[in-house]
Amino acid sequence: MGEPTVPQASGPSPVRFDAVVVGAGPAGSAAALALARAGRSVALVERGPFPGSKNVYGGVVYGRVLDPIVPRWWEEVPVERWVVRRSTMVVTGSQSLSVDYRTQAWGDAPYNGMTTLRARFDRWLADKAVEAGATLVTSTVATGLRRDATGRIAGVVTDRPDGELAASVVVACDGVNSLLAKEAGLLPRSAPEHLTLGVKEVLELPPATIDERFGVGRREGVDIEVLGGTGGIAGGGFLYTNAASVSVGAVLSLTQLAASGTRPEAVVAELKAHPAIEPLLRGARLREYSAHLIPEGGYDTVPPLAADGLLVAGDAAALTLAAGIWLEGVNFAIGSGWAAGQAAARALASGDCSAAGLASYRAALEDQFVLADHKRFRGAPGLVLSDRVQHQYPAMVCDLVEQLFTVANPEPKPGGWRVLRRTAARHGIPLRQLAADALRAARIFG
Amino acid sequence: MSAEPTAPSPLRAPIRSRHGGTVYPGQSFEERMATIEFRVGTRAHITVDSAVCRSCTTKACVSACPADLFAPTSDGGILFNYEQCFECGTCYQVCNEVGAITWTYPDGGHGVVFHHG
Repeated sequence: MGEPTVPQASGPSPVRFDAVVVGAGPAGSAAALALARAGRSVALVERGPFPGSKNVYGGVVYGRVLDPIVPRWWEEVPVERWVVRRSTMVVTGSQSLSVDYRTQAWGDAPYNGMTTLRARFDRWLADKAVEAGATLVTSTVATGLRRDATGRIAGVVTDRPDGELAASVVVACDGVNSLLAKEAGLLPRSAPEHLTLGVKEVLELPPATIDERFGVGRREGVDIEVLGGTGGIAGGGFLYTNAASVSVGAVLSLTQLAASGTRPEAVVAELKAHPAIEPLLRGARLREYSAHLIPEGGYDTVPPLAADGLLVAGDAAALTLAAGIWLEGVNFAIGSGWAAGQAAARALASGDCSAAGLASYRAALEDQFVLADHKRFRGAPGLVLSDRVQHQYPAMVCDLVEQLFTVANPEPKPGGWRVLRRTAARHGIPLRQLAADALRAARIFG
Repeated sequence: MSAEPTAPSPLRAPIRSRHGGTVYPGQSFEERMATIEFRVGTRAHITVDSAVCRSCTTKACVSACPADLFAPTSDGGILFNYEQCFECGTCYQVCNEVGAITWTYPDGGHGVVFHHG
């Protein structure tokens, strides 16, 4: 990547672009790329020293969203490992039950999911925007929205001297805390009930050790999602393999974390010490500790996506999908950013960058996976974070399986129904409640 | 092992590794934070009004901040250190005292630099 281009204001008039994209994460770089491809002048403003330097994710980037953006992206994307094993693990303090799926089909082009390091992945995508003609401006904070004499959004104010950037449209991809979307009144100042805190440790291990412990080849990886290993706090654990490290962490309901008084790294420590996880991490050395907020409120918390002269994409638009067994974010950021950039380009071409002129953005997201998936799973966050799914069911399911597979000779084996009834009763779960939740899950996920 | 455990497995049973220790025996929080690059700026991007904090009964920022940057003081206030901040936003999101925390980003190019995020 070349040195960042610093716009120099000449005289009193600010530097002008057709569009300014704030945040060179996956959403912002996709938006800038779409605008540059449409022949528009676009500034891509990043507050970190390089794209990705402020970003953290929790496991897998699903790359097919890149098909129309970077043909044969898999030949050049900075991948750590291609995920060929996907495990969902339900745990109590001393038990674990895994559903482990492996397919070699995910290890060949066009692949399914990859693990990556955001410092590399985000830089790669930002470079695509730069190659297409976008102007990347790093180490620069967009501190606020610039407004014209009528009060309409007309660019951004930055923390550089003479750092106003004038533009007909701003695409705010400035992350979960989006100060720009808040300034525009699209996002509430705080909404901890719709946020989770992700805390992660990257643990160094030799590649051959990772291959052996996880039963994979050198370029193949594993993604494990854990339910029930986060103490009394709603959320989940995760563990995935990089080329020469394993990332392990927890995603925690922010309100429950705050109420519990538990320190976040203590939850990760407990997860790492679980008998089903500790052997995978033994002897590893901590390479990097990190934390980041995640907007997990789903469809009902997605803000208005357009205002006069402004579009919002990625985490700033709360577009992370946290629907039980589907946990996706980077692909939703890319999908929304790409659609935002295309909508902004259409608005620029028509000369109407008002909210009405930018309305094709939301329509595009409704047509595509971004909002279609969110709408389909809109009830998921409530169910997945419920006390029963978080605490009662993991314990019940583990005990159920333990009883099925414990051979207590000379006692004969009990029947399955009897074991189910007995276990549900012992965990204080009425069977009608179990049936009601099964029906609810079928409605949400079916 | 009996076919019928006498009680459900406790969710929060004490967990030890097979070797009796943690995965990283003896690692201090300072050593943990030393794994992260911070390009510390001269301006504090987060300010805390300790006078407001004195009336706060929860002080949730103290336990929830993943970088452990908030410390209660003996007079009921909060001492805050911005230098090793992840810029995650947890503190102002869990804060229930309006005006106690002023939250912005560090100046461009400063603050946390993740290499393995």
